Amino acid sequence: MTPLLEVRNLSKSFGAVQALRDLTMQVAAGEVVALAGDNGAGKTTLIKAISGVYKPTSGKVLLEGQEVNFSSPQEARERGIETIYQDLALADNLSIGANIFLGREPMTKRWGFLPVLDRKKMADAARETMALLDFHVNRLDAPVSNFSGGQRQAVAIGRAVYWNARILIMDEPTAALGVPEQRKVISLIHQLKAQGRGVIFISHNLQDIFAVSDRIVVLRRGVMAGERRIAETTHDEVVKLMVGG
Amino acid sequence: MTTDARNETEKPPGGHVSPPADHAETAKTTIQRIADLRAWLFLAALIVGFEVWSRLSFGGTFIFNPFNITSIAIFAVAPLLLATGQTFVIITGGIDLSMGFIMGLAAVVAAHVINWATPGMGMPLAVLFGALVAIGVAMIPGFINGILVSRLRVPPFIGTLGMFGVARGVAFLLAGGTTVPVQNSFFAALGNGRIWGIPWIVIITAVFVLVMHYILSQTRFGQHNYAIGANEQAARRAGIDIKAHLLKLYILSGMCAGLAGFLYAARFSAGAAQAGEPLLLDSVAAVVIGGASLFGGSGTILGTVAGAFVIAVIQYGLVFINVEPFWQFISVGVVIIISVLIDQAQRRISGGRQSE
Repeated sequence: MTPLLEVRNLSKSFGAVQALRDLTMQVAAGEVVALAGDNGAGKTTLIKAISGVYKPTSGKVLLEGQEVNFSSPQEARERGIETIYQDLALADNLSIGANIFLGREPMTKRWGFLPVLDRKKMADAARETMALLDFHVNRLDAPVSNFSGGQRQAVAIGRAVYWNARILIMDEPTAALGVPEQRKVISLIHQLKAQGRGVIFISHNLQDIFAVSDRIVVLRRGVMAGERRIAETTHDEVVKLMVGG
Repeated sequence: MTTDARNETEKPPGGHVSPPADHAETAKTTIQRIADLRAWLFLAALIVGFEVWSRLSFGGTFIFNPFNITSIAIFAVAPLLLATGQTFVIITGGIDLSMGFIMGLAAVVAAHVINWATPGMGMPLAVLFGALVAIGVAMIPGFINGILVSRLRVPPFIGTLGMFGVARGVAFLLAGGTTVPVQNSFFAALGNGRIWGIPWIVIITAVFVLVMHYILSQTRFGQHNYAIGANEQAARRAGIDIKAHLLKLYILSGMCAGLAGFLYAARFSAGAAQAGEPLLLDSVAAVVIGGASLFGGSGTILGTVAGAFVIAVIQYGLVFINVEPFWQFISVGVVIIISVLIDQAQRRISGGRQSE
């Protein structure tokens, strides 16, 4: 079966600095792949190369077997690759629906001629999407600043889900959260997996990685240090791969 | 909110949001609603206060006198128009300091153009032409402000401060350092005439402000304006063209100042470079009293309308009850400070959950 996403021999240099060298990895539908590694190991460079922020120096990115060359994150998003940033790209003063539709707001006509924002459509989408993620929020018109960190993370994920993202790239989605909220995000990732989406998950937290991932890809100084199935590895082994023991 | 956390740990992951959380949300939004309405509450309190004072000291009414209402409305026209543009700018976290002198520039341009065009075009057409040219000219410094802020990354405070000086100088040069009287009775009639007892300039302002309210609250432009003010990076990631938006934004604010200048010239049948000089800070005050935060992200046109009327009622009311006019400055200052204190308190309360 063709993997949902395939990275083949990808390299990326910034001038004389080679941030990523000859990296190959795959993500299947319904699979959660964790990216681990120390700071500067190349995790961020890798996800930016996949999501269209950087152009790879060499190598290929394939989406369902087809080679893709994104020149902007927008293009990647249109093809179903959505990145959820650590600092939550949400406008805190807008509702969940308005955040889901940020930059592509639906319009409707009032009194048959006056174009206005379709707030009902936004609220409906917000309700459906949040229900799909098993998050139930009563006040759909409230700005997202009213919600907790985990709920806001769910909004960011919900936006990706609403726009039919097939690959979700999550950069430290649990880093800023308390323990109960972290669990909630982990369960969200389980939901995404169950829906057949591919997830790339960057985390420093091995506990989270072991709780949710199918496979782990460990990077060290821009190269693949090792790839393991979660069921067949241990915390110790992963740490050794990370620090190069 | 420890109760919240406890409830969630007792549940399996992915459980529903616990009822206490919803309860807290409702309580918070009630406080927010009151804070959102504070400008209207100020306005009501002021009107009641002046009414009581007026009845006790000279047995007459303050607010039920149509003359007073019209005078306050005329008083509010120019600051409100400036404040309308300023609302859009402040919501993005910017500020437009040049609006006052753009207004003066537009007033001088309107006066010159109408004087020049009246013999050839006839009175009404000359006025229309003057309006278009004045507002068009006012959009030029707005455009330059927009370029400075969006492309050249100049902080709005500095960029528009520079344009404040430029517009001021150009306006005084065009006016020859004096006021420019207009010889056009149609223009004077527009500035001072009424229909059903309502001054034309008040009607024009009301229609314009309504359109601006629609743009801010019901269109993509308005929605993006809020998003940029809250989180510029999020807006950019969502595909919003920030540069184009900011450029349009400052042109819009120049346009508001242009209309204010044109209506000023109509009211006095003269253009003066210093027409908007004292109004700039009033416009910022109106926006802040109306509930906007200078940090960006919040504010509404309706709130600004209330804020502008709070200032107009204070200014007119104090004259009406024969208090030394200098008390105006003190009163407006106190209202601004109270307003910002309410804003801070509301932020502390509604921000409590995130800081956890």
